[in-house]
Amino acid sequence: MSHQRLPQQPRPAPPQQPRPAPPRRSQPPGTHRPLHLAAHFPGVNSTTVWSDPRSGSQIAFDSFVHLARTAERGLFDFFFLAEGLRLREHKGRIHDLDVVGRPESLAVLNAVAAVTERLGLAATVNSTFNEPYELARRLASLDHLSDGRAAWNVVTSSDAFTGENFRRGGYLDRAERYTRAAEFVATARELWDSWSPDGTPRPFAHHGRHFSIEGEFTLPRSPQGHPVVIQAGDSAEGRDFAASTADVIFTRHGTLAAGQEFYADVKGRLPGYGRTADDLKIMPGVTVVVGDTDAEAQEKATEIRRLQVSPQNALLAAEQVWGTDLSGFDPDGPLPAFDPVVDSDVVQGRVRQGDPRALAEKWRGLARAKNLSLRETAIEATGRQSFIGSAATVAEAMSHFVDSRAADGFILVPHLTPGGLDEFVDQVVPLLQERGAFRTAYTGPTLRDHLGLSHPATRQTPKDAAA
Amino acid sequence: MPDSTPTPPAPQTPPAVSSTPPAPSTSPVVSSTAPAPTPPIASSTPPAPTSPVPPTPRRLHLAAAIDVPGATRVADFLPLARFADEGLLDFLTLGDSFAAPGLDALSVLARLAPETRRVGLVPTVTTTHTEPFHVQAQLATLDWVSRGRAGWRPGVSTSENEARLFGRRAAVTAREAWREAGEVVEAARLLWDSWEDDAEIRDIPSGRFVDRDKLHYADYAGTTFSVRGPSIVPRPPQGHPVIVADADDPVRRDFAVRHADVLLVETSSREQAAAFSAEVRAEAARAGREPADLRVLASLTVELSGGEQAAEPGHGGGGPRPTAHGPHYRGGPVDLAELIGDWYAAGAVDGFHLRPAEPGRDLERLVNGTAALLQHRGVFRAFHPGSTLREHLGLARPANLHLTASAT
Ligand SMILES: Cc1cc2nc3c(=O)[nH]c(=O)nc-3n(C[C@H](O)[C@H](O)[C@H](O)COP(=O)(O)O)c2cc1C
Repeated sequence: MSHQRLPQQPRPAPPQQPRPAPPRRSQPPGTHRPLHLAAHFPGVNSTTVWSDPRSGSQIAFDSFVHLARTAERGLFDFFFLAEGLRLREHKGRIHDLDVVGRPESLAVLNAVAAVTERLGLAATVNSTFNEPYELARRLASLDHLSDGRAAWNVVTSSDAFTGENFRRGGYLDRAERYTRAAEFVATARELWDSWSPDGTPRPFAHHGRHFSIEGEFTLPRSPQGHPVVIQAGDSAEGRDFAASTADVIFTRHGTLAAGQEFYADVKGRLPGYGRTADDLKIMPGVTVVVGDTDAEAQEKATEIRRLQVSPQNALLAAEQVWGTDLSGFDPDGPLPAFDPVVDSDVVQGRVRQGDPRALAEKWRGLARAKNLSLRETAIEATGRQSFIGSAATVAEAMSHFVDSRAADGFILVPHLTPGGLDEFVDQVVPLLQERGAFRTAYTGPTLRDHLGLSHPATRQTPKDAAA
Repeated sequence: MPDSTPTPPAPQTPPAVSSTPPAPSTSPVVSSTAPAPTPPIASSTPPAPTSPVPPTPRRLHLAAAIDVPGATRVADFLPLARFADEGLLDFLTLGDSFAAPGLDALSVLARLAPETRRVGLVPTVTTTHTEPFHVQAQLATLDWVSRGRAGWRPGVSTSENEARLFGRRAAVTAREAWREAGEVVEAARLLWDSWEDDAEIRDIPSGRFVDRDKLHYADYAGTTFSVRGPSIVPRPPQGHPVIVADADDPVRRDFAVRHADVLLVETSSREQAAAFSAEVRAEAARAGREPADLRVLASLTVELSGGEQAAEPGHGGGGPRPTAHGPHYRGGPVDLAELIGDWYAAGAVDGFHLRPAEPGRDLERLVNGTAALLQHRGVFRAFHPGSTLREHLGLARPANLHLTASAT
């Protein structure tokens, strides 16, 4: 299962062989915008169908090996791990219905680097509960140890609930979370740039609002110069932060119309920061269900949604919207008639979904329009963009999405660990390649190469330039 | 989660017990071109949460440092880790500091985990400027990705330089830093135990993935930090990664006797080592620990010549030479085997932690010369009878603190 590298051997050739050019279909290659693909490893989440007998461990290293190798076989840009720093709570007790428990991202990705060759390795790491010196060092270590495949998904959290696990506590004001994040990323880049081109450390000093630090970094410039920066967050501040500094943005806007709007908005912010549309890739998280026919895929998708939204989960989703205990409600009955409790603390540790009144109105509208029960409404309302159909339908839809500038690619969120991307890679990827919309071989060794991002120039000091 | 039993030991020849004195004209060499270890990625789940390891006969423990100053490439470490693995050592250590050039040690060992099979992986991870919650999660993860081979050598940062890299607090004294390190270890243990081994239930009728009654808040309030818990990472395969600590000066020794499973001591004579072992065991007993649960290893720098060259006077034979950087052994691999066998047979120590002066050269000679000879004599293992670091060391998988607390 493992391919061992012997100490003295040169790096083996990348595992993928360029696939033989398949017979061309109607559309000649080159008429489609190339798309990017990434694999999300489902750790803590409400979408894994853990009741499925094929659902394996979300913690054992074998699961990471399987999904990462599948993604690499599919020539994906990167392998993505999310993060949560406190177990979620519901009604004051630990939430027990979803998949929960996961290893720490950077340590796992270093191990995954040993069993893959080219796949980018993206870790979600919070900027509120970490320090630039330490995290910049861990990210640079991953970049060195993976030969240039590291990425950091910068997430922000200011909640005191999560803060109870940390020295600093939850002091950070909501308004400050992105100023800290931006200063954090800028500081990390100063550290990554702090060695001179000839490989000697030179002292750095950063004195800002959130950090006042100085000294010498322990590592020379890593293969990518700067590990790739990803941002996930949706507020105007989040979008500006991404537009000013991120390489990739991970979004939830997965429908075509919402995607186009988001895409135009975010790309429109780039010139203001002296950047171009190619400098930031927009990648929504999506699910895919592939069947032999479109009808079969639809049937499969419906079954998956029913399994994801168990009766208990349906009630819980409604409690999250209504902000109150609904344990007396029948999941197969109607929605609550009363208005939601605003500012409720029924849910802790989960990203807020927006204004509860508006959400409840949306739910009621859905239920009325389609005459749905509470559970059926939850199934409809909590779904995210998915591509459902035969492999040809899915490839066509994805490519259309990208051609229509609703995205630059996708982060695929499988509903099964670890085999959930097998079908996609075996059936859809070849069709995307046939359309000329996806690579047939990795073109370079680093994640920046896969994403078509330039390698940041080494910062020269006047002294270096003179030398 | 499916149940599983520990992987059986690789089939290898049993220890060749030999009473013949060695005196070979060339050092016994185990082929260094031995076939690459079979793929380590085999079983998926941690060892079943069994526990008390039956009383085991005393065995010799050998460990080695794989420090390569300033190295940044996997290729700088991988051959060393493979020597340690193929040489059946108990564990390897990799040092770390925010102030010295080099990679994050835990990252390096996580990177090496899939490419090694049995050797324990013990990074230095510091506690002064780091978050206890992150530190415990990283170590638990190293245990998961290595299938039960993680250890932890806690370190502290006491310099102003290190404090300025973080800008969060002023430098602290060694005494304060080690006291805090002790609190970090206590908090880490509570967090490792914050998931009972069978907390994941996947109960379809009730729709519950976990049994929340088997998840526990750590609720640890230390002097400089507090942590609520539970951890994000389920209880690691070993329950608790093995804690390795230096026990030289009084401050570090106080930490070690309270918290460590393996104590490293720098000593240049067998008698000193024996006296030291007795003292730390007595101190551990006074701190409420079971002295038999400790392993005391002598830590030496080794500089090995090829072949049969005798140890230089004052370096081998009578013992390593004390230097400003600790005891230093210079001589042939066979004499080192004599020294190890002698100290061990006298009961002075449970084993050795060897720091190669020149990693590539010395680790090879250590494994193919010294360790091979000790195996040949039946003093050192010829195969790893278990798969976890605790099993190599003959240490029990710890009971869950939250359960033992509620039972009393
Ligand atoms: C697609 C997506 C994925 C996210 N993943 C994580 C995550 O893994 N861990 C986390 O702590 N926050 C995650 N977040 C939360 C964001 O970092 C951020 O805290 C949140 O979206 C609120 O910021 P905003 O107001 O800018 O949207 C995610 C957000 C989005 C949109």
